[in-house]
Amino acid sequence: MVCVGDRIDTDMQEGFLRGHGTQVLDGQLVATECGLVERVNKLVSVRPLRQRYSAALGDIVIGRVTEVAGKRWRLDIGARQEVSLQLSSVDLPGGAQRRRTAEDEIKMRTIFKEGDLLSAEVQSLHADGSIALHTRSAKYGKLTGGDLLYVPAALVKRQKHHFTNLTTMGITMILGCNGMVWLAPTHEGSSAAASSTSAPEQTAAKAPASAAEREAVSKAANAVRLLASLSMNISPASLLNVCKVCAERGVQAKDMLTASFIGAMLEEESQQRLQTSL
Amino acid sequence: MEFVTPEGLRRDGRRPKELRQLKCDIGVLSHADGSASFSVGNTQVIVSVFGPSVADNRAESLTDRAIVKCAYSEAHFASGARWQKKGRADRRTTELASTVRNALEETILVDLFPRAQIDVAIQVLQADGSVLAACINTAMLAVADAGIPMKDMLAAATVGYLESTPLLDINHTERTGNGPELLLAMHVNLQKAITIIEESAVTSEALEAMTELAEQGCKAVGRFLRENLLEHIQRHATVRGVTVK
Repeated sequence: MVCVGDRIDTDMQEGFLRGHGTQVLDGQLVATECGLVERVNKLVSVRPLRQRYSAALGDIVIGRVTEVAGKRWRLDIGARQEVSLQLSSVDLPGGAQRRRTAEDEIKMRTIFKEGDLLSAEVQSLHADGSIALHTRSAKYGKLTGGDLLYVPAALVKRQKHHFTNLTTMGITMILGCNGMVWLAPTHEGSSAAASSTSAPEQTAAKAPASAAEREAVSKAANAVRLLASLSMNISPASLLNVCKVCAERGVQAKDMLTASFIGAMLEEESQQRLQTSL
Repeated sequence: MEFVTPEGLRRDGRRPKELRQLKCDIGVLSHADGSASFSVGNTQVIVSVFGPSVADNRAESLTDRAIVKCAYSEAHFASGARWQKKGRADRRTTELASTVRNALEETILVDLFPRAQIDVAIQVLQADGSVLAACINTAMLAVADAGIPMKDMLAAATVGYLESTPLLDINHTERTGNGPELLLAMHVNLQKAITIIEESAVTSEALEAMTELAEQGCKAVGRFLRENLLEHIQRHATVRGVTVK
């Protein structure tokens, strides 16, 4: 554990490589961030506990369209850098081949318009620091009829599957690496973001969610909020764990964020950790 | 008014080289990227940091480094003075904000974030002397909480000079003595002064004594900030289940 300006001990090593969160002053490695020291072979870096999202290749993110600029959309994903989604890197409605015409550019708003929420993948990071996204897969695209939550990006770890179907709850969850979490009821025969290939009007015509579906979404949303407030990692497993404890104690969705349940959750967590450490 | 008794005690019972009680809380606001509240005696400041993010105004952004923007505001109830409606940016506020901004720009490794912007919002809740120093210290904590890389630990302290005695961390009552007042902000480990503000005429001996005391004060504050940051990390790492060796 180090704080800004602390010397990092490298005496045990023959040589060292300066990693993230460090600088070299007079041949000594000094931390520039507060956090935990990580050593991988010769590379020494400091990992802060909380930081604004910085994109990495292949990350799945959720963002909101802020601007339709010529040939591309600009998105807000809460990152440090500018984010753009090129017209050439989206799947057109109906899986049509893109014809590079001015007409396509004029029709951009029929695909995504300002204020739309979408899931996408980081395609490349440019030298000037800007991020390019793509939605070239049926699973990416516009998100409608669900609940969006903002959590600190550090709480969402990169994992194998960011799209999860919580079958027990009937919910589809998208964990954006940028700290945005999307929760929506699962619809039979359609993936979470099938809307990218179908016309947007069709998704809007989808039947409104039933009360049971809405409750399931609220429950999952409160579970995510609870995990975030305790600054615990957010993953399908941890979410289901909260819901399990919730069910065991007969707590309703609306009472999940009360002090008593948060206390109960903490107790449960500490007991689980004790068991695993034994 | 007598500010230092013959026994060497100040009006609030402190010794001349004594700081008031320090308290701080890190990560107090959930919506900010980084935040902290900090108090020295009755002076209390809260700072929230947003960024680094894409600059609002493209024309203002710089291609080789990030820009830091500082907004300073003082609560109406912060000081005993009758609140007067002032313009949006009166001169005192602008100057305080730019002082903090300059100190932060010297400290943050701005060249790591080209074209970006870092917003720092300072809110003074109670003003009881040494406000600017408190602002710098709080901003340091909030920036560290936001995980923004910095050159070194920044710490600030104020020293007054009354009745031929340098007084560390002067409060509002001591400010009414109208003596000289010196603010020092420094990089604690690098031993480098970042900001020195002294506006009245003083003898060189007095200035030297004040600077020396301010340096000691900065180091004491720096130790306090470091301890609290480490404690904060420790607590969060434990909750998150990260093993600390």
